[in-house]
Amino acid sequence: MTDLPDGDWLRPAPALLRLRRLECLLLVALPLLIAAVLTGVLAGLPQALGVVALGVVATGLALVSVRRRWAAWGYAEREDDLLVRRGVLIRRTSVVPYGRMQFVDVTAGPLDRRLGLARVTLHTAAAASDASIPGLPVAEATRLRDRLAALGEARQAGV
Amino acid sequence: MNPGWQRLHPLTPLLRGWRFLLVVGAGVGQQGLQGGNGIDPSKVGLIVLAATAVAVLYGYVVWQTTRYRLTSTELQVDSGLLQRRSRRVPLARLQSVDVVRPVIARVLGLAELRLEVVGGGSTEAPLAYLTEEQAQTLRSRLLNTVAGRAEEQVPAPENVLVSVPTGTLVASVLLGSPAVATVVLLVVVVAATSAVGTAAVPILAGALPAYAAFVTLAGKRILAEYGFTVAESPDGLRLRHGLLDTRSQTIPAGRVQAVRMLEPLLWRPFGWVRVEVDVAGYSGGRSETQAATKALLPVAPRALAEALVGRVLGAALPVAAAPVPSRAHWRAPLSKPRLRAGLDDRHLVTTYGVLTTTTDVVPLAKVQSLRLTSGPWQRRLRLATLHADTAGRRLTGAKAAHRDAAEAAALLAELAARTRTARAIASR
Repeated sequence: MTDLPDGDWLRPAPALLRLRRLECLLLVALPLLIAAVLTGVLAGLPQALGVVALGVVATGLALVSVRRRWAAWGYAEREDDLLVRRGVLIRRTSVVPYGRMQFVDVTAGPLDRRLGLARVTLHTAAAASDASIPGLPVAEATRLRDRLAALGEARQAGV
Repeated sequence: MNPGWQRLHPLTPLLRGWRFLLVVGAGVGQQGLQGGNGIDPSKVGLIVLAATAVAVLYGYVVWQTTRYRLTSTELQVDSGLLQRRSRRVPLARLQSVDVVRPVIARVLGLAELRLEVVGGGSTEAPLAYLTEEQAQTLRSRLLNTVAGRAEEQVPAPENVLVSVPTGTLVASVLLGSPAVATVVLLVVVVAATSAVGTAAVPILAGALPAYAAFVTLAGKRILAEYGFTVAESPDGLRLRHGLLDTRSQTIPAGRVQAVRMLEPLLWRPFGWVRVEVDVAGYSGGRSETQAATKALLPVAPRALAEALVGRVLGAALPVAAAPVPSRAHWRAPLSKPRLRAGLDDRHLVTTYGVLTTTTDVVPLAKVQSLRLTSGPWQRRLRLATLHADTAGRRLTGAKAAHRDAAEAAALLAELAARTRTARAIASR
């Protein structure tokens, strides 16, 4: 079950990786670059180089972690349920039966929309269920939403 | 008025507003005592009179505009003068029906009827207040309708299964958190006085409120669970409890989402367990103040408790026997001996816990989703934790912690298949 052959898992779009990398640059590299410039002005060149080195290392680590997390995402539509797996440090696999679905959300932030991405979230009556798939191309997100809604309708089970 | 529409009891505004009247009364009394502080007492009296008149008028209007009626498929409640609200509660969605009697209402022979439906943020459609007789009749009509029986039946006969002796209840509650708090307090007292002598007094004074809170909590629990009786009726399971505010809950068959059995450390010599249930739609918040409890049985010997749980769920429980691999004690050294899981066609049972041994039972037909998680330390040990999530708010499902990773993956596949079958059978 969790060891489905890799080909059976569908993956978020590569654009999601680009988006996450961009976020890395904005949130990690840029602040450290500004810090380096400030250090250079206030303290001198050697200290500034130290900050630059720190920035390079931190950005490198962030980029690696982002890439691994992107690669860990996967989802599979099986006959009766949706599988979602994610996480590098804490691996999680969720199984959500279509009949248990209460509603489906498709959300997209401003950067997501720029890259034509959306996130599909499944809600069940249990608060702990956490089936959410980020970084789907809008067309795929819409397809998935409609399919999930149709399957949920067909297999609805009473609470 | 259309046929079938009924009003709440005329004393409703008084019961709802008695706190306000108390405040007014206290205000008047206080003014009377310190009459000479420059404010004209007659003016104060006038204001109070006006406020009371407005409150009475408001209460009357609310009462006048609220009406309810029961049709064959739904309960209808209309209320409001300016902004009218018309609520329809489909009976097919009804999860449980409670009759609540706060102390003051009991004195007047009144009761409140609460209906719980799935997805309600708060208790939907509370009918407050009715006469006790009305409340009982309405409840049995509601439950008859839900069960698809002929209306106007006599109240369903009951068969008392368990009633908890007061002595056992008090002893069990005291052996819970208050006993632990007392021990902690004693340790703190001894440690503080031997370390700093009389300088410890401020520290101890600071610890007292926390201790008092524990004791108050225990007192509240005794009040709420006093005289706990579990009875079986054709409508479902009927729970009655409470010393001052009494509550009578009815849980229709097949509405239980999850069951938890708790065995605190100090109860083990007595072999007692506490059983809690979750029914979809029960909301916390306000109802918690009204003698609400999630207990199905506050305290009972294990065999009795297990028999009752089997009765509620309609089948004998599988034994949680499968232990975790011995390497799990690197991850959970204290709880490892208690980590167990068991599965049959209808239920998943898991146990865990360090001080309080906790056993979770989830009917497979109620499982909403399954999850497998595995943290870095767990992966190093080839362990994984399996969660079966249910719809309750109080109990959120069962977790089989720190299983062998391969076994957990197989269990996940097995559960996915078995829950599918159980759902198919349940919705047939």
